[in-house]
Amino acid sequence: MTYSPANYPERVLVTKIGFDGHDRGSRVVAAYLRDAGMEVIYTPPWQDIRAVVNLAIQEDVDVIGVSSLATDHLIIPDLLAELRAADVTHVRVIVGGIIPQNERPDLLQAGVSAIFNPGATSEEIVASVRALAAEARAVRDTEEEAM
Amino acid sequence: MDSAAPARLSRLAEAVAAGDPRALGRALTFVETGSDDGRALLSALRPGVGSAYIIGFTGPPGAGKSTLVDALIHAFRAEGQRVAVLAVDPVSPVSGGAVLGDRTRMGAHSLDDGVFIRSVSARGHLGGLSTAAHDMADVMDAAGWPVILIETVGAGQSETEIARVADLSVVVCAPGLGDELQAIKAGILEIADVLVVNKADRADADQTAKQLEGMLSLRAAGRGEVPVLKVSATLGHGVDAVREAISNRRAETKGRRSEKRRAHVASIAAQALAARIFAGLPEEAVTEGGGADLNDIVQQVLGTMRKESGT
Repeated sequence: MTYSPANYPERVLVTKIGFDGHDRGSRVVAAYLRDAGMEVIYTPPWQDIRAVVNLAIQEDVDVIGVSSLATDHLIIPDLLAELRAADVTHVRVIVGGIIPQNERPDLLQAGVSAIFNPGATSEEIVASVRALAAEARAVRDTEEEAM
Repeated sequence: MDSAAPARLSRLAEAVAAGDPRALGRALTFVETGSDDGRALLSALRPGVGSAYIIGFTGPPGAGKSTLVDALIHAFRAEGQRVAVLAVDPVSPVSGGAVLGDRTRMGAHSLDDGVFIRSVSARGHLGGLSTAAHDMADVMDAAGWPVILIETVGAGQSETEIARVADLSVVVCAPGLGDELQAIKAGILEIADVLVVNKADRADADQTAKQLEGMLSLRAAGRGEVPVLKVSATLGHGVDAVREAISNRRAETKGRRSEKRRAHVASIAAQALAARIFAGLPEEAVTEGGGADLNDIVQQVLGTMRKESGT
């Protein structure tokens, strides 16, 4: 199979920021996305937020998936702010893991596109990433055409 | 978007040439996916191509290629040299997806502006992986990266293909992966400019190095001296010797890529030609049980081609 600039596998960065090292969840999701035909750039836990922004730029990803099992999601608004500061506005950010109900609104308001809690199915995650990647590319194309 | 507007591509090319990392990330996507847009972008960048030194790393899975590349990035950075990396990982033959994890071993550099790493899946590339890698290296070259390291998963043909892309090929082996027969049958000795026996902290590394030296002595003459270097990339032992070997062979190998470029263009042309012949095959040749004799069809196609070309 060959691809074109208009049609190539979704590129997704699967990562963890902060101090928590529980990476089973991010590995499982990385495998789901790979099995769905996507290209997953996988990092170990403990990534620096600015490193994640650099990775997103160098790898030209469509979606960043952040796994959070022990309150690391509280610094995700900082990641979104750094992305905006680097003028990376099209990339969609999703979060998976243990996100308390009462902390969801803050994340969504900060610009997180989707949140997956325990019980989410691989089909739901794949469908969401696929739709968000398409959205990211549409936004990016509009931005680049209009620049 | 079927095809990008020319103005968009020329803006992108300008930004790449000016050294904008974001533009480089985008341009690599265009070029990797091939097509007219990718080619247009490449020709816009062509004037800036030609000064980078490109080093390929290949070898069997688990030999420690990523770890060695990481150690070499440290060595280049210690000299103040900026380094770009193309890290190629295998693609799932079932889903077409991939988990690209090479840069996991290179994580220490993600905050360093002097390092640019791009992960590449060995996905279905127009003209094969080596074409995509070649073009992507050209884009990095045009973006002003003076040293480009290309790491490929070494199994079968793709590793010898990558030798056509690089100025210098480093083959990374590890002890315990099989006897010297593995080395001779895989063809890796033919492409190696520098041989590294990694994991030299292991007891059987000496034996592996000796076997490789023995095999090298059976090689055709006139290929230049190929050093066999024992390295422990994790511990950092022997990495300086690899760095030195790369420098020593630089003058002799620099620019080899442009020579190889011609051979490469010829192979792309041959592939394109094969595709055209296939497209022109009569229906019964491709349908199973069509009844036509394959030899007749080949003669028929050749006859048509002779008529077309007037010979």
